[in-house]
Amino acid sequence: MAFLDLSHLEKAFGAMRVVKDFNLGIDKGEFVSFLGPSGCGKTTVLRMVAGFERPDSGAITVDGKDITGLKPNQRSIGMVFQAYALFPNLTVAENVGFGLKVAGVAKAEAAERVAEMLALIGLPDLGARYPFQLSGGQQQRVALARALAPRPQVLLLDEPLSALDAKIRVSLRTEIREIQQRLGITTIFVTHDQEEALSISDRIVVMNGGIAEQTGRPLEIYNRPRTRFVANFVGTLGMLEGVLEDPATGRVSLAEDEVTLGRAIERPAGAAITLALRPEALHLGGGRGDIVLPARVTEVHFLGSVIRIRVETGGTSLSLDTFNRPETPPPPLGSQTEVSIAASDVIVLDDA
Amino acid sequence: MTRLWSWGALLIGIAFFLMPLYGMTEFSLKMRRGEYSFDAYATVLADPRFQATFGYSVLMAVLTILCGVLLVVPTAFWVRLKLPGLRPWVEFITLLPLVIPSIVVVFGYIRLYNTSSWLPLTGSVTGTNILLMFGYTVLALPYMYRAVDTGLRTIDVATLTEAAQSLGAGWVTILARVILPNVLGAVLSGAFLTFAIVIGEFTMAALLDRPAFGPYMQLLGANRAYEPAALAVIAFAITWACMGLIQLVTRFSKHNRVAR
Repeated sequence: MAFLDLSHLEKAFGAMRVVKDFNLGIDKGEFVSFLGPSGCGKTTVLRMVAGFERPDSGAITVDGKDITGLKPNQRSIGMVFQAYALFPNLTVAENVGFGLKVAGVAKAEAAERVAEMLALIGLPDLGARYPFQLSGGQQQRVALARALAPRPQVLLLDEPLSALDAKIRVSLRTEIREIQQRLGITTIFVTHDQEEALSISDRIVVMNGGIAEQTGRPLEIYNRPRTRFVANFVGTLGMLEGVLEDPATGRVSLAEDEVTLGRAIERPAGAAITLALRPEALHLGGGRGDIVLPARVTEVHFLGSVIRIRVETGGTSLSLDTFNRPETPPPPLGSQTEVSIAASDVIVLDDA
Repeated sequence: MTRLWSWGALLIGIAFFLMPLYGMTEFSLKMRRGEYSFDAYATVLADPRFQATFGYSVLMAVLTILCGVLLVVPTAFWVRLKLPGLRPWVEFITLLPLVIPSIVVVFGYIRLYNTSSWLPLTGSVTGTNILLMFGYTVLALPYMYRAVDTGLRTIDVATLTEAAQSLGAGWVTILARVILPNVLGAVLSGAFLTFAIVIGEFTMAALLDRPAFGPYMQLLGANRAYEPAALAVIAFAITWACMGLIQLVTRFSKHNRVAR
């Protein structure tokens, strides 16, 4: 059994079912991200783990112990909020020491732990400051230290970076991941930012409409999205609609062309099928993959090191990325060309 | 031209408030014929009944404030956190003391808690004092509730509560260590308003026959000439000192010295 186990969680607010039969096992020390658009139920699941919402049915166990019925203050679960939620009347050190004081830890021991935590977040000298004297990034690091100080069994991060500006967001997420790995604490991180989730997670749960659409390692989620929603939400994808002609060889007829994937597809012949393509899997010009499609260049965006080109093939618009090379300028708008794809890079989505 | 009008309006306003005050103060200093003196003040301050009634009212005010804080802070917190739908109703209830005259309230009390009732509070001095304290708490409710509720609006009650809960805190700890300190300024302004109300209150104290400052002022006003004016000036000074204290205390709280 996993260290943190969520089984068959259900939650409805009125007639709205926001979480539907949610199952997940998280191993000790694992960093799992819940990724999804707002309203997908990710925060509700997190709040059920924290104890702020009671599931309508299902169970939550930590280290084999059922905590479903416990109050939030009996759970030993640390939480970091989007809005920092530092206590404005307490200094940084008092904030970090709050959980220790509540737990009745001796003063000297608590002071030592607070100093250790402040060193961990890289703010050893700011203990005497008040929250209003800190920047957003500093406040969120203090919030992290405060959540970690009582040595919780599980750490929950509810969009902790959303209120920060872009630069701090990137540096702080690396820092959070480092601290998490150093302490080996089991962590759930809720975000709607796919880049954040991909860059720091051991595993990602992509959520939509209250269900877990796909759970897997970041590379798996990105390279092998199983559903149309995951494919669309994580990264950019071009999609080609077609009809499966031959399941054994993976021959698919598209609007104007026909492609063969060279692998079996477990779908009956004649089934509608969706092929998904990452921009970086497409190459301009023939000869760099088994599949070659005629295409017309419709847009060219120069993004610096990368040039993103949109081409149209058989009535479908696809994105493709190429690295900028000074000796090969991007193709002119409206020019006829070809795109090639390695058959192994073509993703077949489960839901057609 | 507009500036002139606004200055004029301001001066008229100031005159409207200050002239009676000036007249009263001047009168209070005229006890000795032909010269200004503090004789009236000396008489008032030396009167043992002044000291006794004032001391009694101050004590009642402090108890009323404690009772009010213990009643209002948890209530306002709970309504904000869990029952936001009930807020208009609670606000309405807290406003009732402004609409219902205190004489009605106190007659209700006497009817409910008289010596032949199931809770004969008026049967003993302590009981009557308790009844008076609850009466004062009700009178101060509109001011106390509004002050605390406004204070709660300035902090993110829900998230701070959840943060404290996830750190292991129970309701008492949350209220005492997180909520109350953060609305202390508001609680104090409510407390000083309560103080001012209790010090000057007449109806309830008189009808419950308690030796409070209000009935003493009335008694003095009915029987003496200069002393009531001196007493009124003293009462004003106390009220203004309260206002000053509100300012002072809010300036002393370290954590919100700088607005975010």
